[in-house]
Amino acid sequence: MFGILTIDALPFYSWVAMTGAGVTVLGGAGALALVAWFNFWKPLWNDWLTSVDHKRIGVMYIILALIMLVRGFVDAIMMRMQQAFAMGNDGYLPPDHFDQIFSSHGTIMIFFMAMPFVSGLINIVVPQQIGARDVAFPFMNAVSLWLTASGAGLVLVSLVIGKFSTAGWTGYPPYSGIEYSPGVGVDYWLWALLVSGVGSTMTGINFIVTILRLRAPGMTLMKMPMFSWTSLVVALLMAFAFPALTVVAVMLGLDRIFGMHFFTNGDGGNMMNFINLLWIWGHPEVYILILPAFGVYSEVVATFSQKRLFGYESLVYATAAIGFLSFTVWLHHFFTMGSSASVNAFFGIATMIIAVPTGVKVFDWLFTMYRGRIIMHSTMYWTIGFIVTFVIGGVTGVLLALPPADYLMHNSTFLVAHFHNMLIPGALFGYFAGMNYWFPKAFGFKLDEKWGKRSFWFWISGFYCAFMPLYVLGFMGMSRRMEHYDMPEWQPYLIFAAFGAVLVMIGLICIGVQIWVSVRDRARNMDLTGDPWNGRTLEWATASPPAVYNFAIVPTVEDVDAFHDMKKRGVAYAAPERYEDIEMPDNTPLGLIIGGFGFVLGFAMIWHMWWLAVVSLVVVVACLIIKSSNDDDEHIIPAADVEAIEKERLKIIASQPPHPVIGAPDSPVPDGSPVPGRA
Amino acid sequence: MIQLPKTLPIRLLLTSLSLIFVSGCGLNTAPILDPKGPIALAERDLLFAALFVMMIVVIPVFIMAFLVVWRYRADGGKGKYTPDWGYSAGIDAVIWIVPAIIVIVLGYLLWNATFKLNPYKPLASSEPALEVQAIALDWKWLFVYPQYGVATVNELAMPVDRPVSFKITSDTVMNSFFIPSLAGQIYAMAGMTTQLHLVADSTGSFRGRNTQYSGDGFAEQWFEAHSMSNEDFEAWIEKVKQSDRGLDDASYAELAKPTIKHEVAYYSSFAPGLFGSILQKYAMNQDHRNLICTTTAQSEPVTPKLASLRKDANVRHSDD
Repeated sequence: MFGILTIDALPFYSWVAMTGAGVTVLGGAGALALVAWFNFWKPLWNDWLTSVDHKRIGVMYIILALIMLVRGFVDAIMMRMQQAFAMGNDGYLPPDHFDQIFSSHGTIMIFFMAMPFVSGLINIVVPQQIGARDVAFPFMNAVSLWLTASGAGLVLVSLVIGKFSTAGWTGYPPYSGIEYSPGVGVDYWLWALLVSGVGSTMTGINFIVTILRLRAPGMTLMKMPMFSWTSLVVALLMAFAFPALTVVAVMLGLDRIFGMHFFTNGDGGNMMNFINLLWIWGHPEVYILILPAFGVYSEVVATFSQKRLFGYESLVYATAAIGFLSFTVWLHHFFTMGSSASVNAFFGIATMIIAVPTGVKVFDWLFTMYRGRIIMHSTMYWTIGFIVTFVIGGVTGVLLALPPADYLMHNSTFLVAHFHNMLIPGALFGYFAGMNYWFPKAFGFKLDEKWGKRSFWFWISGFYCAFMPLYVLGFMGMSRRMEHYDMPEWQPYLIFAAFGAVLVMIGLICIGVQIWVSVRDRARNMDLTGDPWNGRTLEWATASPPAVYNFAIVPTVEDVDAFHDMKKRGVAYAAPERYEDIEMPDNTPLGLIIGGFGFVLGFAMIWHMWWLAVVSLVVVVACLIIKSSNDDDEHIIPAADVEAIEKERLKIIASQPPHPVIGAPDSPVPDGSPVPGRA
Repeated sequence: MIQLPKTLPIRLLLTSLSLIFVSGCGLNTAPILDPKGPIALAERDLLFAALFVMMIVVIPVFIMAFLVVWRYRADGGKGKYTPDWGYSAGIDAVIWIVPAIIVIVLGYLLWNATFKLNPYKPLASSEPALEVQAIALDWKWLFVYPQYGVATVNELAMPVDRPVSFKITSDTVMNSFFIPSLAGQIYAMAGMTTQLHLVADSTGSFRGRNTQYSGDGFAEQWFEAHSMSNEDFEAWIEKVKQSDRGLDDASYAELAKPTIKHEVAYYSSFAPGLFGSILQKYAMNQDHRNLICTTTAQSEPVTPKLASLRKDANVRHSDD
């Protein structure tokens, strides 16, 4: 009945594990209690859990990402504390526990923090930016969200029931095979990846179709905003890379459950096949995480420099080149496997070539600021912090691309510092910039600037303090993933790194305070016009928050900076002669149900409850059949309703002072004199 | 070294900073920065050369970032404002071509260095290389000296200036064999052989370890590599030969069991063809064995010669 699940799976064996389980359970209970306290059940169900609106799905993705960011950060600071103390002693974490922590830290940050953040931003922004009313497949979008959430749920549950993997976030066999990892930990990791990976593949397909098919009239590919371009490339990468991960996870699952020999030491297995397949997904994945942030930076830097993006075409080609090249470099993750010099040299050079389009992007952003009027908004802080810090990560990346240098630095803390140097400023700072930039679009009020800037300063100083010592420790011969050590000269650096982690923690708290303060003072931070930053792209043409249909009349695009161009021509807020009926998809609980049973399926497979796995699979298939058989799943918003909503919106906009747009007929600033930022 | 609990973050910071500086940052002894062999030295120099070349792009970016933000800030910046300027063919060309030239230069460096520092390439020397078979076990390293008929655990010795030729495999999960002071690392994988050639050009003791996470004993899986004069090396071999322990099949099976902080052990003999038989364990049959061994480009197949080698005495057998 319960497979291999017994009462021993509960974490009564160590106080650290018990605390983790307790916090997880209390956190879940606390969330439910809050919902009950505010009696939020009905809106929660009707407006959120069953929603197929891309904006709400996007918001839920980002809420998931922020929750998992906190969870992943707790892992991080536990590791930093362990290494700061564990010089010549065992520290407070036994190896078995430390290993679970570094495994879950990586898994969570990549799959359940960064991926949902990316999906969330793309969901909120892209349809609006391309002038669409929805994504191509709204129901599939909901399924993707709930499958991602299920994967995250499996990782959270592993804290309470059973243990998590100790094989690292990449789970290399044969260590992750059944022979060396007989517990359920690796299975938790596998099924979390499998369930959420299917979601990511579908997200990729959804946005490829959305971006290729649903753009507003006049928006050719070369008039598409940069964030949408990076999203298109990311969607292509997701659709082509994630299947490799799904396949390799299934194969490892077959090894583990059915005693097959794809990746075992003996009997014809070969661990390098796993490692190749994993990185065939894994390297594009890096760009799946970073390219959307590049898109955010491109939008932010143009808006707050109050100037056209420099080298738009170069940026498009650079993005496409990065996307293509990302599939050609996977072997640089294991130059040390003993491949021939020509193979290593080929992949080393391919890797360095990526530095060219990436460098072009950095210069394009700098030249966008050049001869601009830079408003030092908190999103610009994140952007400039990114540019300076990311360059350091790029340099260390090129160093690691040199195979002979990689022989020295592979598996060291230098490598750890390098990829955090790419993913924290390169991806996470971009997500924060995007969150601050598009928050008013999603919620109708702006985030607090003071706390936003505070969080930036703590994050960036914390980043430098935490990771620069790790670069040095790499030169001192420290390997990654050591839960203790006996080299006294390492300890001062590790203490310094732990101090950095504390700064990052304060930065994270600042973000929490920022959200709290902004919600509290929302009356003072309202965005009434839908265009709080004097934006240049179409998402600023909608209301904040947008009506469910985004655009009452789908705009016609004539320029890359479509909305800026409309403002310039004085047609940004022109009311149409008449409104039309709009057809929108109905909400449905089926996405949530499929996600929920995805979770049950994973849980059943982990604990060998075969009957339950079969049941949940049947439910999932049944849901899909029900959904496919239902032709009546859309509703009409009558033209009269649309007209009422839009008239109200235009009335409010007319009551607000217009943004200064140079060259616009009614602009307060007709010439090239400096334009002050409008608060 | 220092007692930490109950100290404030700021105090931790100051303590750690002062320790970093007082100890000369610990960098004078950092194995990567102060290598003890020509291979590691060449690898380090390549790293620094590339770092130097990249400064051509990095320094302008830093300077530009600060100057541009200062000069074009909305709040008092003095720079010109051209809101619709978004393209310049000249700038576009420079920002593509300059990084491209740098990558071509680095690519040239990379290509030559990768062939020159191929870990499989034997090192030129008047003396024959010292052959060592390194076997990763949970959680220790077994070193077999086929030319001398001895084996050791967690201790490696080599004569200074004499090349060492490693054949490396694993009898457990994947490991990575690394002596940072002497040369870069290479994976140790069950059923496969990898190779590494290195030489020490000064005497001393250097720490080597497994760098690929492998389980509970991973942190303790290190050994000392001693580089010594020829006479000292001969004496060391003699010392190992005096050991009353031999490494036969039974004692190997015992050794292969997982242990943490395994003490240094000397074996005056070992079962003939030990290295080959460890590889053999993971081969299903002849056909599959070839399949396994060709997957990794330079891994060597275990040849049928193995069986005859087993009969051979313990001196000078090899598994190639």
